[in-house]
Amino acid sequence: MSVTKRFWIALVLSLPMLANMLFMPLGFMPLGFMLPGGEWTQFALTSIIMVVAAGPFVTSAWASFQKHHANMDTLVAIGTATAYVYSIYAMITRQPVYFESAAFVVTFVLLGQVFEERMRTSASSAVEKLVNLQAKEATVLRDGQYVRVPISAVQAGDLVKVKPGEKIAVDGVITDGSSTVDESMVTGESMPVTKKNGDKVIGATINSNGTLIFRAEKVGGDTMLAQIVKLVKKAQTSHAPIQKLTDKVANIFVPVVLMLAIATFLVWYVFLGTSLASALIYAVAVVVIACPCALGLATPTALMVGTGRSAKMGILIKNGEVLEAADDVHTIVFDKTGTITVGKPVVTDVVGDRQQVLTLAASLEADSEHPLASAITAAAQAAKIQPATASDFRALEGRGVQATIAGQTAFAGNSKLLTPGAATPELIAQADRLQAEAKTVVYVGSNNQVIGLIAIQDAAKPTSRAAIAALHARGLKTVMLTGDNEKVARAIADQVGIDDVIADVMPADKAAAIKRLQQDGKVAFVGDGINDAPALTTADVGIAMGSGTDIAIESGGIVLVKNDLRDVDRALAISKKTFKRIKLNLFWAFIYKVLGIPVAAGVFAAAGLTLSPELAGLAMAFSSLSVVTSSVLLGKTKLAPKTEIA
Amino acid sequence: MKMVVLLAGLALIAVISWWFFGKHVVATANATATAAGQSVDIEVKGGYSPERVVLKQGVPATLNFTRQDASTCLDHVVFADLGINQELPQGQTEQIQIDTSKPGEYDWACGMDMFHGKLIVE
Repeated sequence: MSVTKRFWIALVLSLPMLANMLFMPLGFMPLGFMLPGGEWTQFALTSIIMVVAAGPFVTSAWASFQKHHANMDTLVAIGTATAYVYSIYAMITRQPVYFESAAFVVTFVLLGQVFEERMRTSASSAVEKLVNLQAKEATVLRDGQYVRVPISAVQAGDLVKVKPGEKIAVDGVITDGSSTVDESMVTGESMPVTKKNGDKVIGATINSNGTLIFRAEKVGGDTMLAQIVKLVKKAQTSHAPIQKLTDKVANIFVPVVLMLAIATFLVWYVFLGTSLASALIYAVAVVVIACPCALGLATPTALMVGTGRSAKMGILIKNGEVLEAADDVHTIVFDKTGTITVGKPVVTDVVGDRQQVLTLAASLEADSEHPLASAITAAAQAAKIQPATASDFRALEGRGVQATIAGQTAFAGNSKLLTPGAATPELIAQADRLQAEAKTVVYVGSNNQVIGLIAIQDAAKPTSRAAIAALHARGLKTVMLTGDNEKVARAIADQVGIDDVIADVMPADKAAAIKRLQQDGKVAFVGDGINDAPALTTADVGIAMGSGTDIAIESGGIVLVKNDLRDVDRALAISKKTFKRIKLNLFWAFIYKVLGIPVAAGVFAAAGLTLSPELAGLAMAFSSLSVVTSSVLLGKTKLAPKTEIA
Repeated sequence: MKMVVLLAGLALIAVISWWFFGKHVVATANATATAAGQSVDIEVKGGYSPERVVLKQGVPATLNFTRQDASTCLDHVVFADLGINQELPQGQTEQIQIDTSKPGEYDWACGMDMFHGKLIVE
């Protein structure tokens, strides 16, 4: 039988006893009501409640007792059974009975559980909503014809047609057509994005005005949406370190409460000489108020709502540990290329013979995957330059590249690559000037002689400045960590307003730099590249840009799907909010017990402050209900206004 | 009379602490090999039996949870490390696939973190 049904049965059967209790002491019958049959009727009603509504508590309590466990059902079962059994004894010996206590406690506990169940369902709905975003069917090219197939039949490599207003089924690359696409459901980006031939599309987003044909690349569990669902699921079940305390408490809580209840009974009955009945009632109240559900629910429900809500904003928080660490971050360190800057560097100046310098550089960089290399290759192609063949190619980590071209050792790289005297003082002065303009300088030459310079600029993202300002408003220190030259880095840092610059860092030393910064407090690192992975792991909070490499996304604790730097601030805001809510929940759950148990035990009885078992039951139900409600409300609270500028 | 009650009460406290805090044997089960890999049936009633499950590394594994208990406490089973949060409708057997690629100990718990079990992959 469902909890809801049990609750209704308990409620209906309790009502006559409630009316009886309210009107009896008045000594007259204002509504002409008195429970017919008196104690016998109470006994009958309560017996039904005990068997039908409270029975499952007793069976569950007994089953766990046999396994040396105890849980909230143990407390409810012992509390109500004690009141019920004593009342039968009292009835036989013609003393006042307490049937209604047992009945009301069962009703209230079930009431709490009914609400709690509903709230928990709504707290955990985030994942279901994400899964439901998935398109059900797709129009796929099969044997020269476009046919509708279920989404599970779409394979990588298929050509998929999307009409205006339809959902894009899976991840892929557009091969024909152009349109604007609403990606808000996956990335949180509120503005529709224009897509044309060669652009990537994400499954579950909505095509708005044009017809698109795209080639499916990722299907099934590999799509971005499936990955997000997996991440969110993991985050929602994860533990926050703050929970360790409650885990410990929960393990010993119920048995300790039982001992306390017996002690309460003994003190009242043996030492203070009250009647058996009142001593028992105190003990029952202690057992009932102590139900530990609120404690157990405090963290998981808030974590569920917090991570679910942030996922909707395109911010994936991987687990509770990250959330807790994000709460007291002092310093935020940024990678430069691709994080603060657009990550698509372009050649702006060439010093020396343009044709000669570009040819040599393009020949050297033809096979390199470095972002600067692609800028040089693009510039060479624009100038219609054919690269020469290079042999003995070597990438010199953090310095540049070197190869043999036309029998000579040619090189391209930064100043660390140069031997003394390789560059003329005039070239060095030129390089200084370019660097002060936030341009990265590549020295190009052969046979230990620099023949020219290529200046490459990677412009800051338009949103970087606002993003850094928001973090400063939060009182955080910002640092840029880059392998680039100090002057270039400083110039970019000044453009976007970053406090400190750590430049000329070799990729392998990024993690060490993070470690040094950690001496002053917790550090968050924002990055996107393969070489950022160690730093992302070392930092207390690793924030990976969603456009970044898979390995970076794997290493980060938070992933920003939208690739918007302003989401760093939003991620911190939602983490702080969620963690605060967890602490608030735990505080209320604990304070309820800490204050409730002594009151129920009758410690303040001399001052006239006591708690009947019925009230204890109501308080207990309210306590877990308030915790879950507070978690659900987390999904609706406003984040700080400054983060809403977007 | 009161002395008797006092002694009985104290004895009861002692029994409770021995029963719940003393060392007791935990029901352990090794997986049985099936055509599809390995599987273990777990009964959910006032806790989990068995409470400790040992699986072989690298063999696809299924845990069959059947909740016999009406307690709302046990209506979900959560493997925090594996990202699994499965609802267990009463009286129904729910299959949970376990990734056994990495050896280690994984704890599972009920939705309220009151009951625990341990999964060992070796």
